[in-house]
Amino acid sequence: MSDRVEQLLRSALVPVEPPEALSDRLERGLSELTEVAAAELADWELSAMRDPRNWGRPIAAVVVGGAAAGGLVLVRARQQQKKRNTTGLQALEKSIRGVAEDIEKRLRG
Amino acid sequence: MEATADKERLDKERLDRDFTELYRAHLRDVYSYSYYRVGNHHDAEDLTEQTFLQAYRHFERAQRESDGRPLRPWLIRIAHNLAANFYRDRSRRPVTQLDDASVLHEPHGTEQLVEEREEVKEVLEGVSKLPEDRREALIMRFALGMDNREIARALGRSEGATKVLIHRAIKQLEGSLEGESDE
Repeated sequence: MSDRVEQLLRSALVPVEPPEALSDRLERGLSELTEVAAAELADWELSAMRDPRNWGRPIAAVVVGGAAAGGLVLVRARQQQKKRNTTGLQALEKSIRGVAEDIEKRLRG
Repeated sequence: MEATADKERLDKERLDRDFTELYRAHLRDVYSYSYYRVGNHHDAEDLTEQTFLQAYRHFERAQRESDGRPLRPWLIRIAHNLAANFYRDRSRRPVTQLDDASVLHEPHGTEQLVEEREEVKEVLEGVSKLPEDRREALIMRFALGMDNREIARALGRSEGATKVLIHRAIKQLEGSLEGESDE
């Protein structure tokens, strides 16, 4: 009987495919998490760049920012770029991310 | 200083790549586990989402401490803990009454369909009446295809205890199915 029960359990407890909508929702959630991480890193970059002692290493900061801003591969494929007001520090942040993304593409290419 | 930044970048990239791999490999496992735990798609989606968000937050540490072992048991353990909180917070009882025909096998004929569905329904009802730890072990074994070692890690038990747990779960289920067929 145990074999029969195991066979029935295999028939009853089949894997269930997650709905497509869940994948989208989940990837948005993960994307938000990586954005928070990227923003924190960008803040650090900006404050670091205000200090003249750090001006000699902007490329390193940009590369690190690029990695964080890029976030998860799965998220990046679907994520749309948010359009922000480009004033003051935000413009600087945006340009840093732009350069970082270019560097990242080249590194991967 | 640049070397440190480079290392951070590489670590972050590797971590994200590994997490993406984990997510792709085990989304169905986490969803299946959640679905059989809570018994409906709506709550299963919430549970799956929370599991992966929590996993992402602690992924670096888990990977460091895993010592190269597979992370599926860790992932399922997160879902297991969240499911326990889910019931505690909402004062709900676990439900495994699955009315979704999509989880039933495709039939070969009408009579076989009816018979199979009846049997599957009885098995699912039987599983839902098992004590929580036995039910969980069966879900992990049959819906997720986990072996004793993985289940043991997910449940925080020894392999020996897990083997006994599964054996007893099957025996109990067998008893309840025999009882029903006698009625």
